[in-house]
Amino acid sequence: MIDDRELEVLINEVFEYYGFDFGGYSRASLKRRVDRLYQMDGFRSFPELLSKVRADPDYFSRIIEEITVNVTEMYRDPLFYKFLRNEIIPILATKPFIRLWHAGCSTGEEVYSMAIMLKEANLLQKSLIYATDVNGEVLNVARSGVFPLRLMKQYSENYMASGGKKDFSQYYTANYGFAKFGEDLSNKMVFSQHNLVSDSSFNEFDLVMCRNVLIYFDKELQERALELFDNSLGKLGYLALGTKETIKYSSIYGKYEQLNKEKIWKKIK
Amino acid sequence: MEENQIIENCKVLIIGGSAGSLDLLVKLLPLIQNISFAMVIVLHRKSGEDSTLEELIAIKAKIPVKAVEDKTQLLPGYVYIAPADYHLLFEKNHQLSLDTSEKINYSRPSIDVAFESAADAYGNTLVAILLSGANADGTEGLKAVKKAGGIIAVQNPETAEMPFMPQNAISNLTPDFILDMDGLLDFIKSINS
Repeated sequence: MIDDRELEVLINEVFEYYGFDFGGYSRASLKRRVDRLYQMDGFRSFPELLSKVRADPDYFSRIIEEITVNVTEMYRDPLFYKFLRNEIIPILATKPFIRLWHAGCSTGEEVYSMAIMLKEANLLQKSLIYATDVNGEVLNVARSGVFPLRLMKQYSENYMASGGKKDFSQYYTANYGFAKFGEDLSNKMVFSQHNLVSDSSFNEFDLVMCRNVLIYFDKELQERALELFDNSLGKLGYLALGTKETIKYSSIYGKYEQLNKEKIWKKIK
Repeated sequence: MEENQIIENCKVLIIGGSAGSLDLLVKLLPLIQNISFAMVIVLHRKSGEDSTLEELIAIKAKIPVKAVEDKTQLLPGYVYIAPADYHLLFEKNHQLSLDTSEKINYSRPSIDVAFESAADAYGNTLVAILLSGANADGTEGLKAVKKAGGIIAVQNPETAEMPFMPQNAISNLTPDFILDMDGLLDFIKSINS
């Protein structure tokens, strides 16, 4: 187990050597993740971990990959997706072109979920989904659209619970324990690395989704990210967060109206 | 079992449980009021978005229940319930954080994760209780609470609907208290008074 002081030393060293700033990350979670890495990689002392970080840029990549949480699923929180499907997508449909940003998309399961819903609404052709994550490794998985076949039963149930009416298996090809999703879906996605801590807005969107990412940030960094989303949304654009995340404590709160109990806000000012 | 140990500087009481715990809590909570610490309940629950558990506990408890969202401020005098499908973590500035990382002991929320994090944040001002359950979750967490100087109590397995969880704890560590339902009630009432 590393202690609080060691954690701060590690944060400073990673910033100094690689310019990557974990300073605004929630300490309780960050500490657990570092401890987990420390045990997985069999370090015997904190200085040993520290020298590894300093000497080995590949190990820094491993830190980013292992410390950021990449647990996700298709149609995670089906009722949230049902609301998107029934209430938001019909409004997006009136636009000549639909731009979406999925920030912190991890391995992309939720991006494919969205693309399938747009396809079913006959809107995929005029849509473009920008999907970003701080972790380059997970983006490679997302780009490939290949996920373990054993998860498809659960995903298919989620899909149906979100109001999906088709046979979910039509969206992928099963092969050797993997499910590969169609390129008609991935062709409408643009994947790129983006860090909510240090990068800025890069376009204007109709919908920004960022689910279960802000929970890893402290309130100050949450504020930065929310301002960044605000700068990336046009008037009447939508912001969607995770089921336990809120903009209530943020300066952007007054410009938004929450749509229902799902965590979706409409920019009204 | 220990003699009458006085607990007087408790900031947080954390209660972990699985199968069989809810029935017990539903009987206990109507009998407890005016607590001078925050009470945090971590139960294994079905993943899903409904707030049935919160509503049930809010109906039964005399103490007001606060819904937990990310970075909810922990205040004395309230009950907090760990939401489904997130691990519950404790920040040193008295905020609760949520985390969707891998399940631990097939569980999210995991009692071990919540107890360990609470132990790290609250040290000897933490009291932890482990209730009925059919899973080994909670034992490692209790060890962490003890190590950080907190007080640990376990439901007497003979009185638990599912004895495995408290029995597993007792087999692997020495709790400060092993209590039945009435004992648990007296124990909670005795904290800080």
